This record gives sequence, structure tokens and C-alpha cells, in this order.
Amino acid sequence: MTERFDLPAGRLETRFSDKAPALSESEARREAARCLYCFDAPCIRSCPTSIDIPTFIRKIATGNLRGSARTILSANLLGASCARVCPVEVLCEGSCVYHDDGQPPIAIGRLQRHAMDHGGGPELLPRLNAARPGSIGLVGGGPASLACAGQLALLGHRPVIYEKRALPGGLNTTGVAPYKLPAEDALEEVESILALGVDLETGVEIGRDLTAEEVLARHDAVFLGPGLGPDSRLRVPGEEGPGVLGAVEWIERIKNDASYSLEGITQAVVVGGGNTAIDAARELRGLGVETVYLLYRRSAAEMGAYRHESDEALRGGVVLVEDVVVTEVLREGDALSGVRLAEAQGGRATDVEHGVLPTDLVLLAIGQSKLVELARSFPGVEVDDRGRIVADPATGRTGNPRVFTGGDALNGGKEVVNAAHDGQAAARAIDELIRDGGPRG
Amino acid sequence: MADLSVDFAGIRSPNPFWLASAPPTNSGDQVQRAFDAGWGGAVWKTLGTPIVNVSSRLGGVGYGAQPLMGLNNIELITDRPLSVNLKEIAQTKKLYPDHAVVVSLMFNERSEWEDILKRCEDTGCDGVELNFGCPHGMCERGMGSAVGQEPKVLEELVRWVIGATSLPVIAKLTPNVTDVVDPGLAAVRGGAHAVSLINTVQSVIGVDLDRLVPLPRVGDASSHGGYCGPAVKPIALRMVAQLAREREFGIPISGIGGISDWRDAAEFIALGAGTVQVCTAVMHHGFRIVDDMIEGLSDYLDSKGMGCVDDLVGAAIPGFREWGDLDLNYHVVAEIDEATCIGCQVCHVACHDAAHQCIHLPGVAAIPGHTAPMAARAAAQATSASPDAPYRVPWVDETECVGCNLCALVCPVEGCISMVEKRRAPETETWNDRVAKGTDHVPGGLADLDPRRP
Ligand SMILES: Cc1cc2nc3c(=O)[nH]c(=O)nc-3n(C[C@H](O)[C@H](O)[C@H](O)COP(=O)(O)OP(=O)(O)OC[C@H]3O[C@@H](n4cnc5c(N)ncnc54)[C@H](O)[C@@H]3O)c2cc1C
Ligand SMILES: Cc1cc2nc3c(=O)[nH]c(=O)nc-3n(C[C@H](O)[C@H](O)[C@H](O)COP(=O)(O)O)c2cc1C
Ligand code: SF4
Ligand code: SF4
Ligand code: SF4
Repeated sequence: MTERFDLPAGRLETRFSDKAPALSESEARREAARCLYCFDAPCIRSCPTSIDIPTFIRKIATGNLRGSARTILSANLLGASCARVCPVEVLCEGSCVYHDDGQPPIAIGRLQRHAMDHGGGPELLPRLNAARPGSIGLVGGGPASLACAGQLALLGHRPVIYEKRALPGGLNTTGVAPYKLPAEDALEEVESILALGVDLETGVEIGRDLTAEEVLARHDAVFLGPGLGPDSRLRVPGEEGPGVLGAVEWIERIKNDASYSLEGITQAVVVGGGNTAIDAARELRGLGVETVYLLYRRSAAEMGAYRHESDEALRGGVVLVEDVVVTEVLREGDALSGVRLAEAQGGRATDVEHGVLPTDLVLLAIGQSKLVELARSFPGVEVDDRGRIVADPATGRTGNPRVFTGGDALNGGKEVVNAAHDGQAAARAIDELIRDGGPRG
Repeated sequence: MADLSVDFAGIRSPNPFWLASAPPTNSGDQVQRAFDAGWGGAVWKTLGTPIVNVSSRLGGVGYGAQPLMGLNNIELITDRPLSVNLKEIAQTKKLYPDHAVVVSLMFNERSEWEDILKRCEDTGCDGVELNFGCPHGMCERGMGSAVGQEPKVLEELVRWVIGATSLPVIAKLTPNVTDVVDPGLAAVRGGAHAVSLINTVQSVIGVDLDRLVPLPRVGDASSHGGYCGPAVKPIALRMVAQLAREREFGIPISGIGGISDWRDAAEFIALGAGTVQVCTAVMHHGFRIVDDMIEGLSDYLDSKGMGCVDDLVGAAIPGFREWGDLDLNYHVVAEIDEATCIGCQVCHVACHDAAHQCIHLPGVAAIPGHTAPMAARAAAQATSASPDAPYRVPWVDETECVGCNLCALVCPVEGCISMVEKRRAPETETWNDRVAKGTDHVPGGLADLDPRRP
């Protein structure tokens, strides 16, 4: 339990143990000693926040854990959660030179966790006194806003985060797989960032409790980090009613809601083929649901999920049904009884019926909507045809010179580490704007 | 199969692998279990006038994943009663008549030496080793390395011992001297049948940075100790070789210092050792390591067509010369094998920052006209397994490479960098040749700075 935030006991997520457990001190030193300390290391280039990986690893090897944590955090304030949620297989570890020697790559993520668990938090970083401290309002309390706010605080500014939920942390708290990062640990990282001098107002939804104009009036600059909107729906008959949930919504319940239980659910289907679908399916299996079908409208090879994740899911007993589309949700009275499937070709339903699959739960993981209204309510801010906020990728500056953005709202849905990078880049741009005595009004 | 049995200064042993006088040879039970495991001989933990030991006694330094690159101790000689040791020595020899049982001794007075030598003879042991090497605790009492560091005293002491016993006598030398040849020749003059070396190197293993007390800590203080284990092997090899090539020397050498496997043993033997002794590696892994030593040495001798250990003894000594006798026309350059290079660029940074700035990143040409063979490389990359990966193989500017070996030493891929022979001239020319011919002037010295010079 963290000091500041209340997480009820008995949440389903507490039944999971770490997929990549913490390294012991000797394991960490041994693994660290294996790192070759490459010049111009390819692993650094594959980290979206460009952490100086060989340097932080060398510091673990020399027993300088504080220095190691400092190296990590100076590039990535969310080093603690990134260490555990990053898909390292396709990022840093994926480009470790050891692959070319036919040897396992350095366990960069686990070493990063070791440094963060034992070295200290962002309080280790140097603080500057801004000549003109600015007030910055941040919309949303997820990874993008937290990284931005933390960096702004270190630069001597006064950031205020508005979060509509009761708990901050964004998807780190509500969405990432519990076997990677439980909500407790996500909130602990949030606390360490708030301690730098970041104000947090929870239960405040911008667009409902405060308007865009009000936020702009209160602050010198605004950062938009609201992430994505609710899970998309299938739009088929029978969909509305009990037993059919968005996958992200469902994951939030197992992570945060102690009143939620899976009693009576022995069969479930997950619709989709991306990482959220895979996570939800693995979590269902992990919570003891006997039969879990993953229904995907194309072939396995076309799934958007990372290969290492989908392989794990299949090894864990998830049954994949390829080239099918749900055409109807079946109910007996109000109660969910099954889904009707049609064969699909190239991702589209054909007239050929595939059959009926009985189920106690349907989770929809076919994408998340975009918070287009919210973005557009800020004058000058535009969104592209895919609902992403239009901004300069290097600074996150939108069409409104006082409004910046980053994370899923900007990139359409990537990783925590991308949100961390965006947030920090925007913080530097905001600092520059305020230092230059930038526009107000 | 090569014959591993040896006759070392009259001491017969089924193989050249002996336990050094140290904790592994503390008791009859240990030595007997060691013989069962395959060790050919053992030098009993040094006997002497009773002492007390401190606690703690050992310190270690690791490197990488290995916890004991070096071991340091502040232990003294045996802390068991002489009567018990002598009884167990006799019993062990009786049970293992074909193994070499050597007793290490350290005494002060001539009468003590004469007394203990008689008692040793009574045990039936095969020989005695005189501990002139212990570098801590005992030397302050005028024994151990206090003797080993004074060639005259050492010679005299050996003479007493030789006069008092018919057993083969091995003088164990300390490395804590300026030139090991001096005590070595003193041992020969005194009549020793053989020498063994090295004993431990004086050392402070480290400092407890919380308490600010050196290690190993005994309460609020420590003392200097003796260093051994893999870290001291190069020091020991050089001392063994130094004696082995000395013309006036000529008695057998038992090599000691950092020997952990058959390869280490073979290297000591090639540089002149007739037997080898092991302490730290056994303290680390136990008696069982001898199995690999026996097997490895035997296979190695077979592969060289050598029928017995003697064929290898000193085989590398002709190649151990003074710097002035090395061929200045011999020249090697580094060559990187692109197929196995993993692109870590560690060789680049090492050469660039600490050698001769001749390994460059792909595409970089530091000296005008010296170009990377990029065209061929680009083609190789295109057909490789990962054509899209950034090309990271560095290249060697051969004309600038001095052939120092640094890159090959730091490269993590075995055999990826080889040093290829590119002689400067076919004939051999050493520095001593130049001195003899009067061509030993190298331009660029002080004389060249003198403006009056034509
Ligand atoms: C199921 C799932 C699993 C994932 N697993 C991983 C993983 O293992 N590894 C990984 O790196 N990434 C993972 N991701 C992606 C990652 O979580 C996101 O990329 C990241 O959280 C984006 O951060 P963000 O700050 O942009 O948005 P979010 O994390 O979505 O945070 C946005 C915050 O803004 C708040 N908010 C929204 N609108 C308003 C408003 N109007 N007013 C006030 N507050 C508002 C929200 O409540 C939320 O707290 C996963 C995503 C999902 C959906
Ligand atoms: C704890 C310890 C005690 C030792 N005691 C003795 C001793 O009593 N007599 C002796 O001649 N050498 C003693 N030595 C030195 C060893 O016999 C040997 O010369 C030295 O350790 C180098 O060999 P190594 O590198 O294989 O350990 C001792 C070494 C250690 C580590
Ligand atoms: S932040 Fe993520 S990608 Fe970057 S080094 Fe750490 S684990 Fe790897
Ligand atoms: S690529 Fe691998 S070995 Fe090289 S520095 Fe990075 S983690 Fe270490
Ligand atoms: S050190 Fe070896 S593997 Fe690394 S770049 Fe150089 S040649 Fe290649």
C-alpha cells in the first residue's frame, strides 16, 4: 500500500506473481558483468528515451546503484515502470549485440529494475531554479503527463496535474498486465514524481469539471496527456447488456476494483488480435478461467500483438480462432449465452456461418476511440484523420503555441516509454517557452 | 597414453600434481581423501613451534563472475600439536606408499631443525620442504620470508638441514624479493635438492569502506597478508622461468602460484617446473579438480607426441629471452573477421583511446587516402542475414597498426580478431644485433633537439 493512495485489498490482480522477478544482488552483478560496454551501443539507440544503458549497467557492476539509478532517471523519469512494462524484446534487448554471437541478450529490463528498486528515485536528480517559474496545467495523470510534470518540477516550474480518475498513473495503474506491474508499484512511482513538487487534483475531468478555456486561463502552458478514449464497440445485435465489456475497462476492474469477481465464469472470449487482446486473454487464463478463446478476424501472422506475447498466450492455453467475425451476441433473456461467428476473408465477414460459441464473458479488444472532442476544445489544436493530435514530434507543440501534447494522444497508442519520452521533450520545450517569456493569453 | 609419473629430486609420485602446504594439507583425513581423488603428492601444512591464529584470516577479490581471482591470508603455520601431525603423516604414508608425502617445516634453532628432521624421517615421509616464504607473522619472528629474503642465511640454513638428514630437501622460496635468482642460487650452494616457488605475495586485499579498516578484518584492524590464486600466476611463471633458464641453477623446480587447471600446470612445466603445487584452486573447488588436470595434461602430452612429463619440462625455456634478443623485424597487424564480428566496437574505443588510433568505425577514414574497404563490405552486408541492421563492423588501417594486440585482447568474440604476420624484413635483427653493429641510434631523442647539430 502506498502512503497517499488507497488501493483496496483483495483485487484480482494481486493473485499474479511477477513474470520477470526481481534479480538478487548477485544475479544482478553477474549479469551486469556480462555487458560488453559497447561503444555507440545499439541498445541505447533502441530505447525511445535513449537511456545510457552500458553506463547504468556498469554502475551496477561496480556496486554504484545510486549512480545507476541517476543515469536511468536522467534520461527517463519513469525508469521504474519502464523497466517492468517495456517490450524489451523489440526495444533495447532486441538490439543487444549478443544476438549476433548467438547468446542471450543482456537482461536490460531486469537490470534496470534492480537499479530502480535499490538505487533510489527521482529525488536523486539535480534541480534547477527557473528564473521565471511557470505554472503548467497537465490534462491526465498518465505516464506522459507524469514525465512532463516531473521534468518541469526539476526545471523549477510549478506543474498541476488534472486527473479524472480517483487514482493517478494512467494505464500503468489501470491497464498494464499485473504480472508486469501491479497498481501498487505504479502508484509508488507516481508518488516519487509528485514529491518533486508536482500538484495533483484527482476527480477533475477537463471538459466536464473545468473547461479548456479555464485551464488555459489558469496556466502559462498546458500539456495534453489524456491517452485514448473508451474501448471501441462491435456494433452487432445483442452487444449491449451484461457480460460484454471493453477489454481495457475489464482490466481496470481486475486491477483496481476489489468488488469485481469472476465467479461463475468458466468460458470467455476475447475479440481482437492486438496486445490488449493478448493481455486480456492471458489474464483470464491466469485468473483460472478454463476456456479462453481469442477470436481474430485475420490470420495469426497478421496479428498486431508482439510475437513474443502471443506465443506466451498460446503456450498458456489460450485458444486462437483465426479468420472469424462476431456477427451477433446471443442472450437468454438478459443473460449472455454465446456469440455467433461468421467466417472472414481478409478481415471481413463472409456469408458463411462459422457456428455458435457459448461463453460467460465477452471482452472487446478491437481498439480504443480517440478523445477528439477534448483535443479540439483547445483553440488551435487539431487532430488528424486517425484522431491523433497534430503536433511537432520533437517538442509536442500543437497548433496552439501554449498547448503541448504527448503519449497515446499524440502517437495513437504506443508504449509507456514513448509517453515518457514525449512528456520530457515537451517539458523542455515548455521550459524554453516560459524562459523566453512566451505568449500568454 | 603419456606416462604422468615423475621422479622429482628422488621423490617418486604417480603424477606431478601436488597439494601445496596450506589448509588443504592440514590433516591426514584431508590428504588421504586428496590422494583418493587423484592427487600425486602433498606437502603437509607447515610444522613448527606452536602458534595461535587469528579470526578472520582470509580475504578475496573477484573478477567478473569469478569470486576468487585472488586470495589473501593472514594465517600462520599449523595450529595442531606436532605429535598429532607426525602420527597422521606416518599413517598416511603407510596407507599410500606410492604417493609423495612431503613435510613442510619452519623452525628457528639448529637443534630444533635437527630434532624435527629425525622425527620426520621416522614417519617414512618422502622429503621435506623448508618454508622460507611465509610473508606475514612468522617473518617477524625471524622465520619464513625473513630467511628467504637473506640469501646468506638461507644458504646456511639449507646446509644445516642437508647435514642433518638423508631425506630430499626442497627449499620453498618467497616472491617478495628483488631478484629470485639470488635466493635460488643460495639454495643450490647450500645443497638443496630442489626448490619450490612461489609462496604468497605480500598484500593488503582491500579496505572495508564502511568501517575504514583493511581486510580481512580482525576486530578493528588487519595486517598485511600473503596473496595467491589465479591473479599471481603470471608473477609465479616469470620467477620459475627466470630460475629455470639460469645456467648455474640446474636443480628441479616445483612450480606454485595460481595453478587451477591442466593448462596452467602445462605452462609451469613448459617453463621448467618438474612438479606443480596447488592451494587456492583446491580451497575454492575442492580436491575434485585434479581429475581434469590429470586428463588434460595427459591428452596434451599425447597431442604433442610427448611420452612423459619430462619431455615437456622446460620446453618453452629456449623461447624465454631478454628483450634485447627479440626480432625487431617481426611484425603483426590486426585483422577483423567480419563474419563473426558482433559490432560491439569495443576494439575501436580501445584502439582509439589507448593504442594507436587505427581501428575506425565503418565508413570513417581518419587519414586522407587510407580508406575503408566499404564497397566490398556493403556488398557483404546486403547478402548477410540481416541486411537492414546498421553495419557496425570496424576496420583496421593496417598501415598504422603497430601490432600491440590490445584489440584482440578486448574483443569478446573468440578468434574474431587475429594478429596476422606481416614481417618488416625477411632477416632477423635484434636490438642486441644493432648494438653490436653500432646502429642502435633511434632518431627523435634529445640530441635531435640540439640546434647546433648539423
Ligand atoms: C491493456 C493495455 C496494456 C498495455 N500494456 C503495456 C505494456 O505492457 N507496456 C507498455 O509499455 N505499454 C503498455 N500499454 C500502453 C501504455 O499503457 C500507454 O502507451 C501509456 O500508458 C500512454 O500514456 P499516456 O499518459 O499517454 O496515457 P494514459 O496512460 O492513458 O493516461 C491518460 C490519463 O489521462 C486521464 N484522462 C483522460 N481524459 C481526461 C480528462 N478529460 N481530464 C482529466 N484526465 C483525463 C485518464 O484517466 C488517464 O489516467 C498498454 C496499454 C493497454 C491499453
Ligand atoms: C590460507 C593459506 C595458508 C597457507 N599456509 C602455508 C603454509 O603453512 N606453508 C607454506 O609453505 N605455504 C603456505 N601457503 C602458501 C601456499 O602453499 C602456496 O604457496 C600459495 O598459496 C600459492 O599457490 P596458489 O596460488 O595455488 O594458492 C598458504 C596459503 C594460504 C592461502
Ligand atoms: S526504458 Fe525500456 S527500452 Fe529503454 S532501456 Fe529501459 S527497458 Fe529498455
Ligand atoms: S548492446 Fe548489449 S552488450 Fe552492448 S552495451 Fe548494450 S546491453 Fe551491453
Ligand atoms: S571488438 Fe571484436 S566483435 Fe567487437 S567490433 Fe571489434 S572486432 Fe567486432
